Amino acid sequence: MSDKTGPVVGQNRPLSAFLGLLTWAIGLLFFFPIFWLVLNGFKDELDANSSPKLFFEPTIDRFTEVTEETTGLLSFREAFFNSMSIVLVSTAIVMLLAIPAAYSLAIRPIKKWRDVLFFFISTKFLPIVGALMPLWIIARDLDLLNTRTVLIVLYTGMNLPLAVWMMRSFFAEVPRELVEAAQMDGCGLYGQIRSVILPIVAPGLAATALLCVIFAWNEFFLAVQLNPVDGSTIPVWVASQESGRGNFLAKLSAASLLATIPVVLAGWVAQKRMIRGLAMGAIK
Amino acid sequence: MAEVRYAKASRIYPGSDEPAVNALDLDIADGELLVLVGPSGSGKSTALRMLAGLEYVDEGSIFIDDVDVTLTPPQDRDIAMVFQNYALYPSMTVAENMGFALKQQGVSKEDRRQRVEEAARILDLTPYLDRKPKNLSGGQRQRVAMGRAIVRSPRVFLMDEPLSNLDAKLRVQTRTELADLQARLGTTMVYVTHDQVEAMTMGHRVAVLKDGILQQVDAPRTLYNAPVNRFVAGFIGSPAMNIVDVERRDGGIFIGSLEVPLGEAESAAVRNDSGGSFAVGVRPEHFAPASSGLVGEVVVVEALGSETFLHVRVHHQGEEITLVVREDGQSDTNRGDTVHLAVGGPVHLFTEDGERLVPTPAPASA
Repeated sequence: MSDKTGPVVGQNRPLSAFLGLLTWAIGLLFFFPIFWLVLNGFKDELDANSSPKLFFEPTIDRFTEVTEETTGLLSFREAFFNSMSIVLVSTAIVMLLAIPAAYSLAIRPIKKWRDVLFFFISTKFLPIVGALMPLWIIARDLDLLNTRTVLIVLYTGMNLPLAVWMMRSFFAEVPRELVEAAQMDGCGLYGQIRSVILPIVAPGLAATALLCVIFAWNEFFLAVQLNPVDGSTIPVWVASQESGRGNFLAKLSAASLLATIPVVLAGWVAQKRMIRGLAMGAIK
Repeated sequence: MAEVRYAKASRIYPGSDEPAVNALDLDIADGELLVLVGPSGSGKSTALRMLAGLEYVDEGSIFIDDVDVTLTPPQDRDIAMVFQNYALYPSMTVAENMGFALKQQGVSKEDRRQRVEEAARILDLTPYLDRKPKNLSGGQRQRVAMGRAIVRSPRVFLMDEPLSNLDAKLRVQTRTELADLQARLGTTMVYVTHDQVEAMTMGHRVAVLKDGILQQVDAPRTLYNAPVNRFVAGFIGSPAMNIVDVERRDGGIFIGSLEVPLGEAESAAVRNDSGGSFAVGVRPEHFAPASSGLVGEVVVVEALGSETFLHVRVHHQGEEITLVVREDGQSDTNRGDTVHLAVGGPVHLFTEDGERLVPTPAPASA
């Protein structure tokens, strides 16, 4: 891989200039809602709800307002802690379960491994609304409504098929000879995975974990249905900033921004790792 | 150091009726360098991987030092293997790669360092110990793979075409070094290659496989001088032996108009054969230019300096065939010249189904 970019032989300059502009235009179009959200977060409600203004006096009052703790209402601190613990624990469980599953599917496949793989993904075919009622009843019977445990279990189940699918393809990229070389070197199963395979698939692992974190962090439907009172997560907290009376656009924007920051940070960290890992992974 | 024995060992891949390795019987002595050679699909790699424990043995057994290891997992066989693509661990340095097996055995850090450094010295890898495999050249990677094997002093070395990714010059050089290393260490080695030159130059004995069946196992020279069948005759030797299908005529064998001189036993066998169809093999160096004899036209001249190979087109039983003839390196024969050929060395006679007609090679007659 080379970082050098330069003119390509036979390049059509006016055309590439046009394509460049088009790319920027599309990029800005996609970025615009985020930009609007950021601006709104720093406005007061009056400015946010009047005709769009680019220049205004920025204020962080909305942020203090949404993070204020009011007795009886879900606080940012509480929701953040709930989300963090649910997301981290469920992602950790997903990875712990998906690594051995991916290993066996990719490196020591049984005869019907394709069927097994499709069985995993088939659990995602059912619309989650369809499963809500039984889930709710089971959770109630197990006394799990309004607990973090119920969301940890559900998010683990939700992300596991995806993680197994992704990691199977990463594991399949590991040259067979490396596993065999490790065996010849006297490595048992655990040693093969830990010392030889995991360092190679680390970028893939990071990508998978990141996706699981994002999906679990953003999940709203189950959270709002099963944990409306206690154990509520950040998306529920963001939604709670809506109110039936008065303007709430600036407040909601500020809350959304706060909800976005951890995911953006996680993405940024993982991306750096993924790139470094990819550059390191030269096997041949 | 160890003896290895295959006892009727077979491997049948799932979904296939034909065994990839068919009832292989092979004894490998302690300290021997045995080469498994054959065309692709002959089962030579499978046979090696069965010994490694990487391939299931469907029938028969494999013994190392008279201990049945047929069902022993690879990590417990104390065997080191060098793979065709080297299979170096990309995340580890050269030193870590070489020391990995020792680490698995629980060898202390200090011991490990010492043994890795010693192996690195033997293989000229000392300056590269802290590098990652991706920062090494092909030849260096090959040596690291070797180092990973020798550092453990295993009972048996397995080599799966370890030189095939090197360029021609380096391959020849490494070939010699490898044979020398094996002789110095005195460790039993099983070496797989498709290159018969590699097989002939390195092996104490060479086992020729075809379609999963062992054809012949012998010292290189025996293999060259007395191939047991038409396949081995054609496979061993470069350029290949000239093998011509012939019909018995007047109780003898003719290539074109040239009567092939036969020994007594062969003459008798030819006369007494009920079918009368044979294949006769003559090595390129056993054709000699003559003042009279088989007339042919030179169509290709390969002048290598030390020797020259002429491709000569001759008429044989109503067809045109091309024979390869070895001449002196400084030969001044040109394309288009007419030459006369006689047989000046041993010939090999095979039956219609490819088996050697008479066990011993025909004596030279001129």
